[in-house]
Amino acid sequence: MPGLPNPFDPKVKLHRGGCACGRHHSQSEHDAAHREEQQALQERAVEGAVMRALFPEDVERRRFLRAVGSGTALAAISALFPLGFAKEVFAESTGPLEKTKLSVGFIPITCATPIIMAHPLGYYAKYGLDVAVVKTAGWAVIRDKSLAKEYDAAHMLSPMPLAISIGAGSNPIPWTMPAVENINGQAITLSTKHKDKRDPKDWKGFKFAVPFDYSMHNYLLRYYLAEHGLDPDRDVQIRAVPPPEMVANLRADNIDGFLAPDPVNQRAVYDGVGFIHLLSKEIWDGHPCCAFAASREFVTGLPNTYQALLKAILDATAYARKPENRKEIAGAIAPANYLNQPVTVVEQVLTGTFADGLGNVVRDPERIDFDPFPYESFAIWILTQMKRWGQVKNDIDYGAVAREVFLATDAARLMKEVGLEPPADPAMAFSVMGKAFDPAQPEAYIESFAIRRG
Amino acid sequence: MKTERVWLAPVLSALFFAVFVGIWHLATVKPVGEVVVDPEYAALIGAAAATGGQSAMPGPGDVASTIWQHLRDPFYDRGTNDKGIGTQLVYSIGRVLTGFALAALVAIPLGFVIGMSPLVYKALDPFIQILKPISPLAWMPLALYTIKDSNISAVFVIFICSLWPMLVNTAFGVASVRKDWLNVARTLEVPRLRTAFRVILPAAAPTLMTGMRISIGIAWLVIVAAEMLVGGTGIGYFVWNEWNNLSITNIITAILFIGLVGMVLDSLLAQLTRAVTYKE
Repeated sequence: MPGLPNPFDPKVKLHRGGCACGRHHSQSEHDAAHREEQQALQERAVEGAVMRALFPEDVERRRFLRAVGSGTALAAISALFPLGFAKEVFAESTGPLEKTKLSVGFIPITCATPIIMAHPLGYYAKYGLDVAVVKTAGWAVIRDKSLAKEYDAAHMLSPMPLAISIGAGSNPIPWTMPAVENINGQAITLSTKHKDKRDPKDWKGFKFAVPFDYSMHNYLLRYYLAEHGLDPDRDVQIRAVPPPEMVANLRADNIDGFLAPDPVNQRAVYDGVGFIHLLSKEIWDGHPCCAFAASREFVTGLPNTYQALLKAILDATAYARKPENRKEIAGAIAPANYLNQPVTVVEQVLTGTFADGLGNVVRDPERIDFDPFPYESFAIWILTQMKRWGQVKNDIDYGAVAREVFLATDAARLMKEVGLEPPADPAMAFSVMGKAFDPAQPEAYIESFAIRRG
Repeated sequence: MKTERVWLAPVLSALFFAVFVGIWHLATVKPVGEVVVDPEYAALIGAAAATGGQSAMPGPGDVASTIWQHLRDPFYDRGTNDKGIGTQLVYSIGRVLTGFALAALVAIPLGFVIGMSPLVYKALDPFIQILKPISPLAWMPLALYTIKDSNISAVFVIFICSLWPMLVNTAFGVASVRKDWLNVARTLEVPRLRTAFRVILPAAAPTLMTGMRISIGIAWLVIVAAEMLVGGTGIGYFVWNEWNNLSITNIITAILFIGLVGMVLDSLLAQLTRAVTYKE
C-alpha cells in the first residue's frame, strides 16, 4: 500500500522524526510548531474579522487590494487599526503554563523591588512559577543576556526596550515592556564638597555619572541641566557608570555627582561622601524609571507563562504601593542574595524618611512609588528625548513604536484580573518641570527646546 | 653553619607580616569622634558619617573576623545570588581548568606542528603575533554576542588567554631541540612519530611546562575580571557583589583567597615542571 508504511515491517520506522506526526525531529519541536500554527491561525482569524468589518462587500475588499497591493493595504490598515493589539487581546489567558522554570535578571537597585520581592514573598509561586531572580552586573550585560535568551524576562530601564526595538545601540529586535516597575525614586546626589553649590548655574565643568546612556536618569539629568541653561554635552561631562561604582567614584573624586537610582544615593549619604541635592520627583513627579521587559517572542510564544509572570509582578507592585508594607519589603530585599545593602539604607529609600546628607531628616512618603501601568505617553516622551539628544537620527513613528513596545492593553486587562484599577487613558498628559507635554505633538515638543542636538 | 639559619627566613617573613599589620592597624585606627548630629539623624547614617567623616578603611581585626566567618561556613547556599566563598572559588577553578584544558588540547599539538616545520611557523607567525597581545577581556563582548551563553563565554576567554603562552612556548621548545639528538635519531632510523614522542617531547617538556605555568597564572588573573563582567557565580562575582555593598572587608578577604588559590595552582605546575626536567 503506498503512502502509509507497513506497521508489521521490522525495517520501517513508525516514529520517523521522533514526534507524533513524523515531520519534526522531536516532540518538543512538534509542539512548538503546533503552537506557532495555532498562533498564526488565531492571528489570521483576527485579521479576517477586521477586514470583514472594514469591507462589508467582499468585491470592494478585493478591488481595494488589487488597486493598492496587499503590503500597502496591511500597512495602511495597521496604521488605522492596531492589528497587533487586537491579536494580543484575542489571545486570552486560558491554557496551562508552557514553562514553569524561568530565570529573570535584575540589577541590585530599589527600582527592581517588585521583581525581587516577588521571590522572597512568594508571588511567583502563587502563580505556579519557579523563578530564579539572577543578579546581573550591568545594563549592557542584562541586555546581552536577554538577547541571548539566558533570561526569559528582565528588569530593564524603561528606555531600553524602546531602544532595542528601534535598533538604537543594538540590532533592532522586537522587545516589549509589559509593566513599569517604579515611578520616582531617583535623585541627584552631589559630592559633600559641593555643599554650597546648590544652584545648577554653578555646575559648569562638573563631571556627572548616569547608569546608562538609554536611561531615564540620562534624560532627566539632561533635561534638568538644559532647563537651567547648561548644555549637557558642552558645559558638563556626563558618563555612564554602573550604579555600584558610583559611590566609589564619588568618594575618589572622579565625579562631582550623579543622577542615580537608589539605594546608591542613600548609600552615598550613609557613607558620608555625598548629599541628596534633589529627588527626581521634583523634576517630573510620577516619572517612570525601571521596567519589566521581555522579548516579543516570549510574549507571543509562551502567552500563558507570560501572563502568569506579569500577574505575579502586578500583584507584587500593588503590595509595594502600600506604605505600611514598605518596612517589611525593605527587610526582605536587603540581604546579600538580593540588594546586598544595610537594611536601614533600603528602608530609608522605601519609607521616604531619610537623611539628606546635610544634617536634616526629610519625610517624603512619595520618594519612590510603584505603579505598573505603561502609559504610552511615557514612551513617546522617552522617544522625544532620544531624538532631542541625537541618539536617534531618523524619523520615528512615535505612536506606533509606543503601542508596539508598551503593552498598555495587556497590563490593563491583567490588572483587572488581579483586582487592580487600570487608568482609563493610556495617553495621559503630564508636565516636566512645569512644561506641559502633549503626546500628540512630539515633534513640536522637541522643536520647543532651545538646547538640543541636530 | 648553614643548617642553623634555616629558621631565619620564616622569622623574617613573620616580622615583615607583623610590621605590615601594625602599620595597617595604625593607619586605620578610628578616631573616637563626637557625634555631631542629632540622634534621629545619626541613626539613619553610618557610624563614620555621624561623626562628620567618611566611612574608613577597615582595620586588620575586622578583616580577620570576616575571614573567620567565611572559613567557618565556606559552602553555604542562601539562594541564587548568595553562595559561600568556597562554592564561588570552586566555580572559578572549574572555569579556569576547563578553559585551560581546552587550550592545552589545541596549543600543544599545534605548537608541535609549528615547531617542527619552519614553513608553518613562518606562515602562522603574523596571526599569532597579532592575536597574542589582545587583552582577553576584549574578547568578552564578542563572545557574549556570538556564543550567547555567559558561562561558555567566560570559559572561552580563559581558553583564548591560556592559548598563546602555551602555543608559543611549545613551538619554541620543539624548534630548539638539539640538532645532534635529532640527527642521532635519524641515523638510527627511528620513525618520525616515534622521534616526536621519544626524543622531541621529553626534550621540549620543560619549556612546554613553563608555557603551561605562565598560562595558568594568566588564566587565574583573567577569570576574576571576566566574572566581574558576566556575574552569576565565581569569585569575581563575589568581589563585584561586595563592591556593590562597598564592603571592603569582604573584598580584602576575597583578594587574599584569590592569591592563595593562585599560589596553589602555580606551585602544582611548578612541581610538574620539576618532574619532567632532565639533567644533562
